[in-house]
Amino acid sequence: MAETFSLNVNGTNHVVEVDDASMPLLYALRDELEMNNPRFGCGLGQCGACTVHLNGRPIRSCMVPVSTLSPDDSITTLAGLGSPEQPHPIQTAWLDEQVSQCAYCINGWIMTAAALLDENPNPSDDEIKSAFDSLICRCGTHGAAFRAVKRAVQSREAGVGQSGTGVSGTRAG
Amino acid sequence: MPDRSNELNEKRLNVNRRAFVAASGALVIGYSAGLGKLSAAEIGGESKPPLTPDELDSYLEISPDGTVTVLYGRIDGGQGLQTSIAQMVAEELDLDYSQVRMVMSDTARTLNMGGASGALGVSRSGTYLRSCAAEARNLLVDQAAIVLETPAEDLSVTNGVIQSQSDPSKTISYADLIGGKYFNSKVNWNGGYGNGLLVSGEAMLKSPSEFKIIGTSIPREDLPPKVFAELDMVGDIRVPDMLHGRMIRPTIAGAVPVSVDEASIADIPDAQIVWIKDLLGVVAPKEWNAVRAARQLEVTWSESQPNFPGHDNLHEHIRNAPIIEKANPVDVGSVENGLEQAVRIIEGEYEYPTHSHASNGPGCGLADVRADGATIWTSTQKPHYAQEGIADLLGMPVESVRVIWVHGTGSYGRNDQGDATADAAVLSQHLERPVRVQYMRHEGTAWDPKGTATVNRSRVGLDVSGKVIAYENISKAFSRQNIGTREGRAADVLAGHLLGTELKPNNIFEYPKASYTFAHYRLGWEVIPPLMERASPMRSTHLRDPYGPPILFGSESFIDEVAAATNTDPVAFRLKYLTHWRDREAIEIAAREYGWEERPSPRSDQANAEIAVGRGIAFRRHFDTFIALIAEIRVNRSTGEIEIRRLVCAHDCGLIVNPETLRHVIDRQLVYGTSRTMFEELRFDENMVTSVDWNSYPVLHMESVPDSIEIHLIDRPNFTPSGAAEMALGLVPAAVGNAVFDATGIRLRRVPFTPERVAEALSV
Repeated sequence: MAETFSLNVNGTNHVVEVDDASMPLLYALRDELEMNNPRFGCGLGQCGACTVHLNGRPIRSCMVPVSTLSPDDSITTLAGLGSPEQPHPIQTAWLDEQVSQCAYCINGWIMTAAALLDENPNPSDDEIKSAFDSLICRCGTHGAAFRAVKRAVQSREAGVGQSGTGVSGTRAG
Repeated sequence: MPDRSNELNEKRLNVNRRAFVAASGALVIGYSAGLGKLSAAEIGGESKPPLTPDELDSYLEISPDGTVTVLYGRIDGGQGLQTSIAQMVAEELDLDYSQVRMVMSDTARTLNMGGASGALGVSRSGTYLRSCAAEARNLLVDQAAIVLETPAEDLSVTNGVIQSQSDPSKTISYADLIGGKYFNSKVNWNGGYGNGLLVSGEAMLKSPSEFKIIGTSIPREDLPPKVFAELDMVGDIRVPDMLHGRMIRPTIAGAVPVSVDEASIADIPDAQIVWIKDLLGVVAPKEWNAVRAARQLEVTWSESQPNFPGHDNLHEHIRNAPIIEKANPVDVGSVENGLEQAVRIIEGEYEYPTHSHASNGPGCGLADVRADGATIWTSTQKPHYAQEGIADLLGMPVESVRVIWVHGTGSYGRNDQGDATADAAVLSQHLERPVRVQYMRHEGTAWDPKGTATVNRSRVGLDVSGKVIAYENISKAFSRQNIGTREGRAADVLAGHLLGTELKPNNIFEYPKASYTFAHYRLGWEVIPPLMERASPMRSTHLRDPYGPPILFGSESFIDEVAAATNTDPVAFRLKYLTHWRDREAIEIAAREYGWEERPSPRSDQANAEIAVGRGIAFRRHFDTFIALIAEIRVNRSTGEIEIRRLVCAHDCGLIVNPETLRHVIDRQLVYGTSRTMFEELRFDENMVTSVDWNSYPVLHMESVPDSIEIHLIDRPNFTPSGAAEMALGLVPAAVGNAVFDATGIRLRRVPFTPERVAEALSV
């Protein structure tokens, strides 16, 4: 029997009707709500391509059944993190470092980095590496992702890059 | 001094140069003052000529607003081609970069330029698109000369606006001249398609001193939409009435379904089984229901006994297997005679494992097949060939199939995206509804086409002075094209195998594209039969840098072995046998930037050290790309753990279009190359591949990224660009292995360099 669940995603309430309450959040976001940004990579919690924030913490949405979520839970996807007009500092740094290539895995890296910086504004090198260590990237952007976090920290310390500075990724001229 | 002759200018001498004609005034033949637009340059037709390679309009379109669209029949897998190609076109058309748009592979709009292949995007297609752009500029300037009634040589172009130098009030824009219309002008086509397509105009290309956009680091166009979650990949595309498909694979390779229990999925709303010959899938309108149905469906499979050798015995299998095809593409002098004259013979053998593409996203494709035509959305590397392959598979005319490339996971070779796309097409044709197939993780790792395992063996003969007089390098491997790399035939995709199509393996391997010169010199390969012919999870094909890592691990480790045997510094040894100045400069620059101290390997001062430090070099020339890579490592003798402290890469790929993007491409591929060197090995037992996820197919994680990657770009503005997307990664295994030898005196002969394997090697 179909059941309905309320989900708050990127500040908006949604109701999803599902045939199976063990359905992972990933499928609610992608298939029901047509939010394309979290991606299917393994369905096993091993790679991070499906990462979203649940109440500010990064989770693997392929591993979280919709039935375990309450309407009070706040879910944020990459699309809800920032925009070209108001980028999150890690998105600005991501563009400045030109980190990703294919970007299939990008939700894992940016959402993990954003949560790390929100919790720990000045992480050590080891803390950055540790935060990233359960993420898979097959393009080999790991080092660039690390440098982007360092850059975001430095920008914040220097008091720049807080908003509206995503110009590096836009067309020249 | 090396010969730095200008390759491009030499080429110019061979073409009939419109610019010279214009300068001489001959252009105005057929035109006289007062006759207006009765001109030599007849551009601005209302209708687009057919999409054929000999038409300039097949490469460039100019919109009414003056923006130029490049019709690029290849793709950008995230390595910056969308931006770099646009830069090259903007340069020759004297446009601002922002005035250029890119359309990538869509069989209705672009020519087959080869998809992603051989790092040829910038080097080959970029170069001929530059020529097309230069041709278009000349045609536009010629036309402007007529309209403005001033000689062409009086005209300059800035951001698509043509202006008279003698009378600056005379201006006209590209948009005014041709916006929304067509050139209807021919270009010189060589008759080839795909990678073989070459085309040129008659206009001169700019000289490097005139560059304004080439050579600048414009940020990648594709990145902001990725960072802000605004870019749809193939798995994000929905069409009305679409079903989600999942495929059912056997747990023993070669088994086919003999019965299927429909009742086993009766509780899943609207789930449906598709079973055609040996192809079995499920579909459902809701994606999770398709996943559940695939998991829940009860299938009885036929008996199958693959008798695979297992990954631990694979190299022994390769050594003993019969040879079904062989070749010695380089065979200079007589290696046998050389070895007979030698006073010392050295032999070495190196083993490389099977690798999965293991793309981040398992294969995915969307197909809408109707009786009168099909539309296919795919992120495969070869969309134009996929058009032919899908048509073959479905029994439809090629013209009735439209394939549209969309972004997707980085494929880095012939991964499983083409298989998923073909499966979607078969399901859609059967159901007469659009179907999107998304493979699951086990399919992306266990069932994708594989990069072949290899045994690479070498021998040299030295004369009394220690000079190499004979050299032989032979790879023995499965074919690198057991299935075609282009997906251009039903036989190239898993669905074709399961539907019983006739198989068409191509038995071929490769040899090291090095540039050493020896008196007696043989480079060859031997191909053995596949472990399973039809629908094999081990079917071999191109994986990124298709034969680089397995061959170069052997050849560049062995060169090092010979250097050590002759007590010669590894850099000096290579320079002794390399004569081309670009070969030598790549090595010399890498050595200088690393701070290479000339001495033979191994180091003699760490015999008892628990942690030993070493440096190693590897070199290749591939096409006209020249790369030297130096690795510095620390190895723990007890645990066998290797830490890569530095990778120093000197990289010469001719003209550099976008330095930062090039640097990133090299940086990222060296990390990827580290993964394949240190971690990756496909595991399988007698029945099936047992690498099914990220635990059973370990890859590099953050903690194992080299501490420092230093890239030294060598710009050669007067040489055509020669490609960079995959050539450096093939040097990682030999550079690291040679560094371990330098540190310990122990030679690593099998990739990956896992701690267990290294500890075992060091304990001998």
